[in-house]
Formats: sequence, C-alpha cells, structure tokens
Amino acid sequence: MTDPSVLGLRESATFDRATIAGIQRAAETGVYDIRGWGAKRRLPHFDDLLFLGASMSRYPLEGYRERCGTDVTLGDRHAKYPLRLATPVTIAGMSFGALSAQAKEALGRGASEVGTSTTTGDGGMTPEERGQSKHLVYQYLPSRYGMNPTDLRKADAIEVVLGQGAKPGGGGMLLGQKISDRVAAMRTLPPGIDQRSACRHPDWTGPDDLAIKILELREITDWEKPIYVKVGATRTYYDVKLAVAAGADVVVVDGMQGGTAATQDVFIEHVGIPTLAALPQAVQALQELGMHRQVQLIVSGGIRTGADVAKAMALGADAVAIGTAALIALGDNHPRHAAEYAALGSAAGFYDDFQDGRDPAGITTQDPELSARLDPVAGGRRVANYLRVLTMEAQTIARACGKSHLQHLEPEDLVALTIEAAAMARVPLAGTSWIPGAGL
Amino acid sequence: MEPLTTDATPPNHAGPPPLERLVSIDVSVATVRALNNELHHPSAAAYEVLQPQGAHAIAAGIDQALTVDIRGHAGYYCAGMNDGGQIVVHGNVGTGVAENMMSGSVRIRGDASQSAGATGHGGLLVIEGSASMRCGISMKGIDIVVGGDIGPMSAFMAQAGRLVVCGDAGDDLGDSVYEARIYVRGKVGALGADCIEKPMRDEHLAELAALLTAARLDHDPRAFRRYGSGRTLYHFAAHNSAAY
Repeated sequence: MTDPSVLGLRESATFDRATIAGIQRAAETGVYDIRGWGAKRRLPHFDDLLFLGASMSRYPLEGYRERCGTDVTLGDRHAKYPLRLATPVTIAGMSFGALSAQAKEALGRGASEVGTSTTTGDGGMTPEERGQSKHLVYQYLPSRYGMNPTDLRKADAIEVVLGQGAKPGGGGMLLGQKISDRVAAMRTLPPGIDQRSACRHPDWTGPDDLAIKILELREITDWEKPIYVKVGATRTYYDVKLAVAAGADVVVVDGMQGGTAATQDVFIEHVGIPTLAALPQAVQALQELGMHRQVQLIVSGGIRTGADVAKAMALGADAVAIGTAALIALGDNHPRHAAEYAALGSAAGFYDDFQDGRDPAGITTQDPELSARLDPVAGGRRVANYLRVLTMEAQTIARACGKSHLQHLEPEDLVALTIEAAAMARVPLAGTSWIPGAGL
Repeated sequence: MEPLTTDATPPNHAGPPPLERLVSIDVSVATVRALNNELHHPSAAAYEVLQPQGAHAIAAGIDQALTVDIRGHAGYYCAGMNDGGQIVVHGNVGTGVAENMMSGSVRIRGDASQSAGATGHGGLLVIEGSASMRCGISMKGIDIVVGGDIGPMSAFMAQAGRLVVCGDAGDDLGDSVYEARIYVRGKVGALGADCIEKPMRDEHLAELAALLTAARLDHDPRAFRRYGSGRTLYHFAAHNSAAY
C-alpha cells in the first residue's frame, strides 16, 4: 500500500488512524474497547536512562571472572521463612483463567529452574502451578476467588493486592468466553458469564484495617510467610508509607506499563503513572521511614531486558517482576502465528486481545485445543532461558559499574537522556549536574 | 482449667486430640498468637477463651473440629477462615467475623460489625443479634442466619450460599448478586442492582426451615420473602451502563 504521506496527505496528530478507528468502533458497537496488555502509549521509561560505566574514577569488575551476586531475600522483616531467590527477576501475578493451566505450569517451571518465584492471580491456586513452583506467591485479592486457608498455608508468600498498574482502582475482568467449567468452579460462578471482580476488598477499608488484615493472615499462617502488599502506581509515595505502616514485609509497585488480561482501553492508557515515575517515590518513602532494604521493594511494569532490571535496582528496587515479557517468552505474539492473528483482525507484535480467549499461542485462553498447543516443559525452558538472559545482562552492567552485587547498583550510576526522565528518576540529565525539581 | 503460657510448645499429635480436656486460655495473660498457635496444634478438643478484650484475629485459622467458647467481645476477623471449628462468641464481634469460612459453625450471641461472613465458602454463621453493613458480601457458599437486622450493601456480589435475615435489611440488598439466595422476614430498605424478589416455592420453604432449625431460631418460614439475582447483568451490555 502506498504511504499516503508521499501523496502529500497529512495525518492528524490529534485524530490519528488508531483514534479514528476507535471512534468508528465505538459508534458501531456502543461498547467500550476491552483488551489485554498494558499502556501502549509512549512513556518516559528506563530507555531514557543510561549507566555511567567505570573509567578513571571507578573500578570495573572482570566479566566472566569476578563474581557479581544476584541473590535476594524477600520478607525477612517478620516472617519465619522469608523467600530466598537466586535472581531478583520474579514472575508477576497472573491468574489461572486469564492464562491457561499449561501457561501457569510453564511459568512455574521456568521460575523454579532459575530459583525465582512465580505468583498466582485472581482465580486461586492450581495444583499444576503449585506443583511446579519452588517459590509460589499467593495473591490475596478483593474477589477472593478460590481463596482458602489450605492453599494459603501451601504458599511461600502472600501478596495482598490493592491494585495493579494497568488499572489502579479497578477490579479484574474475565469475559464469558474464558469462563470454562473449571474456571467457573474455582471461582464459584456460573460458567460463561462475564465476570467482574470487585475493586475493593470486602472486609477491610483503609490502612488501619489493612494492618489488622495482615495480622490475621499472619495468625492464620503462624507468622511463617512474608506478606507483600501490591499497589498500582498512582500516589506511590503515600501508598508505600501506608503499606509499611500496615506491616508489609514487601511492597510491590506496578507501573502503568504493567499488563492485564482484560481491562477497558481507556483505563489502561489514562489511569496510573509510569514505572519510572513511581519507583523513586517508593524508595523515598522507604528511606524516610528508615525501612529501605528492611522492607523490600519489587517493581514491575515494562521490564524487558537486563538493562531494565539493572536500572530498576540502581534506583532502589530489591527485585523486579515480569508479566508481559514472560508471556512473550512463552510464545505470545510470535510470528509463527501470523496467519491466525490476521484471521482475528490482529498481527504478530500487535496482538492484545487477551480477553477474547482465542489466543493462537495457547497462553491467554481456556480453549482446550488452543491451550494444548503450549507444551509446559518447552515453555518453561524458554522462560528459564529468558530469565537467565535478564540476570546475566544485569550482571554485565553491574560489573561495568564496578559492582559485585546487583544490589550495589545506585542512582549515582545513572544519568537521564530527557528532562522528563531526569525529573522522574531524580538523576541528572546526561552531561549535566541538573536534576529538575531537586532542591525545590 | 489450665492456664496456657506464651512459650507453650505445641505437641505433635498422631491422632485426634483427647475429648475430655477443656483448656482455658486467658488472653489478658497469653497472647493471641499463643492462643492461635495452640488452636492450630491442639492438645484438646475443647477450649474456652477468657477476657478476649476485643482482640483481633481470635481463633483465626482453625482447621479441625474443635469447640471454642469465647467469653466476651472479640475484635476483627474473629474465627477468620474457620475450617471445621465449632465456635461460639458470648459477646459482640468486630468486622469480618468468620470471613472466608470453609466449614464448621460460628455463633455470635450478640451483634456483629461490618462484613460478617464475607467471602465464606461454607459452614454456618449465626448472629443472634444484628449485623452491620456488608453482611455476607461476596459470599461463596456459606450460610448466614441473622436473628436481628442487617445493614446496607449486604450480600453485595454474593455468589453462592444462603443469607437469612429475621429482622429488616438495609438499602441496596443483594446488589449485583450472583446465585446466592436471600431470605428476609422484615422490611427491605431497597434492593440493589439486579436483585429481585423471587417466588417462595416449597423447596425454598424447606431449605429455610432447615436453616432456621440449624440456627435454633423459631420463626415461620412462610413469613419470609425470597430475593436473588435477576441475571440481567451476567453479560456486558451497553444498555445496562447505568447499573454497572
């Protein structure tokens, strides 16, 4: 097709083709667009940061020779059995329901192979996932679907979920085409209905109640398990302070690039703040409380490479979580499915209809034939490979900065490429000593 | 009566705890943590909790058929996630009593605060007095019988189980209810979105009679009205936007 611009045609920046298509779709259907994935708009991100490698004034470590540690302990503030992970790259919460049982098993296998954790989601714990996950974090969500004390005791950590980056303030959503009999039974819902998860917890409101809720969870599990609190990135500074005050062992902050299986497009793109803007707020809150490194910080939302891992850790995170990237490692959006994506009105690299249940890669579906396409063993191997690459890439950068452990990376190692990123990350614009907003 | 010390080591059991022993635990002396640790690794089948003083998470996480009598008022999440225990509170309780109960029974001789029986999957919760707002919110199979009234937004998004109210119900009863069944003897302030009155058939009179008997409440089932889901919100539809 000829590029219209060579004909002298001008596309509106305000009403671009995607916007026009959105208006046309709304006018035809009368319903808003529901999709998966996270924010697709361009945002200030880790790409806008660079590391200052060692040179005259800093001493680098030898790659392949000198050790660069990657291990992390999560939740040693109150829990009898904190999580001890070999890599700080963890797998974020994704539900059975949103994902097939095979995909959940594959994530567990991959995470276990490299010694990291995976996380349940808004649908309870499956035996496949528990069985294949060495370290399993059990999400405690407003819906409490499938929630039971037996599974709670089987978990290695408990994550109280207040929100997620793709939809802070919104509950989960699972459309009828993905409510199979098994999913329906685990959630105590009629099969085939469009399921709306609650956005607020049913038995506590506010930070003072949360402290009592966390106490109850500790009492039920005999103070054995770390308790995480997960928030979508919004008023992160205050949320982190309140989570710590409520007794969290670990705080999870999910930026707006973090994925979802099904949410309104308008919600994904317009509610919440970027991961880069949230992370320094979280660290500041922890530092002011004297709890940085005492209460661990996990950051998610747009982590793709070891550089992203290293940058998040340099800004003060103890660990990161990946969701969308893990699905891509499993086979999501692979060009081998190009013809099937086209048949669904999408394309490899663009597919985000995770709500639809017809995922050709067999990941975001409950269809038995489609989900059988994903071999959990092979998928697990790909996830493990990818996790290893992320870890090794982060180590490469850390060594270049002279750090013998990923946790030794620090903001001083970073500069920003843009004024926006400098202001958000609170590191100087490259080549200057200017941190916009510092000292105000 | 045997006092429990805070450093008591839980015994390792090969079989069920002995029935003949009643262990009394004074929460003004022992901690709640020590109490719950004992209830999770019981050395007896019957317990009484003295001077609970409104403490939170009393008797939370019981996972076997113990009898526990709590002699006084309890705070939040009393008997939380109970799975098999027969628990009686001789007083009032705070928010979230018997939240997420799986099985067993919890009886409150007084009143209950918000979110009583929230998300419960099974078992029977009896509140002899009244319950505050959000009673039975997100219930998933539990049976709740309230001798008095319940507050607003009760049975919100209730998925399964039965909620019986012998007094009045507050506003927005059963908003967005799924398949839970609600029986109310008195007045209903207002029904929530997609909650409708439904005919009382013989099977409903029979199950209500059984629930009242189990709760040891003497009311005529025919004096109750039944409410449940209109099932009009089970699928997204643009014309329902005012109800969502």
